[in-house]
Amino acid sequence: MAEVQQKDSGGKKGKQKKMNIRVDFTPMVDMNMLLITFFMLCTSLSKPQTMEISMPSNDKKITEEDQTKVAESRAITLILGEDDKVYYYVGLPDYNDYTSLKVTTYDADGLRALLLDRNRDIVAKIKELKKKKLNKEITDEQYDEQAIEIKGVKTAPVVMIKATDDATYKNLVDALDEMQICSISKYAIVDLTEGDEFLIDNLKQKGALTGQIDESKL
Amino acid sequence: MPKVKVKRKSTLIDMTAMSDVTVLLLTFFMLTSTFVQKEPVQVATPASVSEIKIPEINILQILVDPQGKIFMSLDKQEDRVAVLEELSKEYNVNFTPEQVNKFKLINSFGVPIKQMPAFLDLPTDDQDRLLKDYGIPIDTTANPSNEFKAWVKAARAQNPDLRIAIKADQATPYPNIKNIMTSLQDIRENRYNLITTLKSVPAEN
Repeated sequence: MAEVQQKDSGGKKGKQKKMNIRVDFTPMVDMNMLLITFFMLCTSLSKPQTMEISMPSNDKKITEEDQTKVAESRAITLILGEDDKVYYYVGLPDYNDYTSLKVTTYDADGLRALLLDRNRDIVAKIKELKKKKLNKEITDEQYDEQAIEIKGVKTAPVVMIKATDDATYKNLVDALDEMQICSISKYAIVDLTEGDEFLIDNLKQKGALTGQIDESKL
Repeated sequence: MPKVKVKRKSTLIDMTAMSDVTVLLLTFFMLTSTFVQKEPVQVATPASVSEIKIPEINILQILVDPQGKIFMSLDKQEDRVAVLEELSKEYNVNFTPEQVNKFKLINSFGVPIKQMPAFLDLPTDDQDRLLKDYGIPIDTTANPSNEFKAWVKAARAQNPDLRIAIKADQATPYPNIKNIMTSLQDIRENRYNLITTLKSVPAEN
């Protein structure tokens, strides 16, 4: 078709006009750029991460006997307070001694140092296991299996996370995050008790409330 | 004196290479990105070291803004319709087929069920503007009806594989989050996900 037309319009017989096969790509580039801009503005590259948590069932039928009792030496209670402060005590608190409640922060040398120290055996084992995985000595499945085994030992610390009304959602996620960093497998989000509130108040007033505690409420 | 001959250069640039690059970029963006969901409020999720990716389907997302207002989004349109019907039965609010159709198309919902028909009659622009002032009612001392529970229950009944994901702003006060968590516990939804952004794992020393 094209040939025939050329011959007609060209008029010169025998001499075929050389067609320029070059196509101008400028409009194509324009269009592509527009599309790229559209995609960059309307889409998000990264998929959000998620943290899985399971809460205990708050079924009223569960009696006290069914609840797991934790050895005093293994329990750590974190109370998430205001202004990014974390109060904590190990084992059972001494309500008559306001210094039994300590304050720390969410920084690496605060809460994390504390938890890593309490959990140092397991952390060391997990570290070794990770090295093995990096050196391809064990597979991912083996790693997961062994990690669960290590974390599940009877002496592993149990962390109770209690948040006050002044804490924010970020504080909660930070605290849960520390559990993961410090390889603590047993932790729970629990409600604040009156005793804990008393401890915080007492600490703030530097022991002025000692002796005023209502023992019957504990 | 010899004439200086200025060579005429063509101003046309070969765009083929440029076109190649743009097409490549375009392909990259199309394959790696997902479309941003329209959300009634912008929330800044807290950072965590967790690396689990959220699945794309069967998600019931609970969006919580810094004031504690709750919005929800379901990914399947059929589920949305079924859930709305369930709620309309429970609260005796009737919807016209048009309203149901409109509900099917909105991404996030979060309007008290009594105001829902009036809300659905509004034009889309107004809906987007007004939605952030509403929020799904949840148990508080001032408001005893817990429509939040009803929504989640209906969604669960519709799709047993549903996963619940809470996306809350990092500045949301804890009592609001606790409220949601206890409501979920009340209806035996004990496992759920918290949506976070990635933070690098601190170097171990």
